[in-house]
Amino acid sequence: MTIGLYHYLVLAVTLFAIGFFGVLLRKNTLIIYMCLELMLVAATLALVAFSRFNGTIEGNVFVFFILTVAAAEVAVGLAIVVALFRRRGTVDVAKLNALKN
Amino acid sequence: MPAILFYIFSALTLAAAIGLVANRNAVASALSFFVCLCGISVLFVMLDAHLLAFLLILVYAGAVVALFLFIIMLLDMHGGKRPPFKKMTIVASSIAGALLIFGAFSFFARGQFSTDELALAQAPAFFTDLKIYGAKLFTTYMLPVQLVGFLLLVGMLGVIVISKKHEEKEPGDRIQEAGDKP
Repeated sequence: MTIGLYHYLVLAVTLFAIGFFGVLLRKNTLIIYMCLELMLVAATLALVAFSRFNGTIEGNVFVFFILTVAAAEVAVGLAIVVALFRRRGTVDVAKLNALKN
Repeated sequence: MPAILFYIFSALTLAAAIGLVANRNAVASALSFFVCLCGISVLFVMLDAHLLAFLLILVYAGAVVALFLFIIMLLDMHGGKRPPFKKMTIVASSIAGALLIFGAFSFFARGQFSTDELALAQAPAFFTDLKIYGAKLFTTYMLPVQLVGFLLLVGMLGVIVISKKHEEKEPGDRIQEAGDKP
């Protein structure tokens, strides 16, 4: 049995779905954020697989940029979480409902 | 042999991802995420993307997970009980995840990605040298490299501004805080 593009795509989709499930299920902002990162990594896995099986390097270069943007995004997002915690004293999304009504 | 390795490491990655979602402890979740990233970087090596595997470990596992662990430690979220998930939330998010998987599989089932064609051995030859990356980054993708560098600068400035402590509160803040109390 050989491993084809299909197997990598199935794995990437499953990882993405697990991350999506976590984003909906969890209430801790930090864990929601980690699940978002998991979804991002699943997408990069699909990109690398497409790039490999098409024999082009463009997908790999794109993943390179995604990694850079993700690093900047994590830094800013975690700074926002810290500012939120300092202001509100919690990172539970069920309690962060100031915009609800 | 690559097939066995693929199955071992994809199972490890999936188990770690489920551990990330299901763990009640935030530190255990972060460590599961670390294991998941290691599994994905092994899959990158199997896809001949050696530089990306290295960068994934370096940037994600080295910097991002360390930052997450640092913030978890800084916030100290263990005060108070954590209530169990509502049954409705579990059902709704399970249905949403299952629908996502179902949608993707119905796309696959249309036959665009059949299981036997496009094996790795038949895929076109592919060399991801550092030289090729450098040539691509500094010729075709020169503008994106500049933009990403600028983005990193802006991100750094944004983090400094956001995490700075405000000495005096503006009038708007006080109204908001007064409004918070029930």
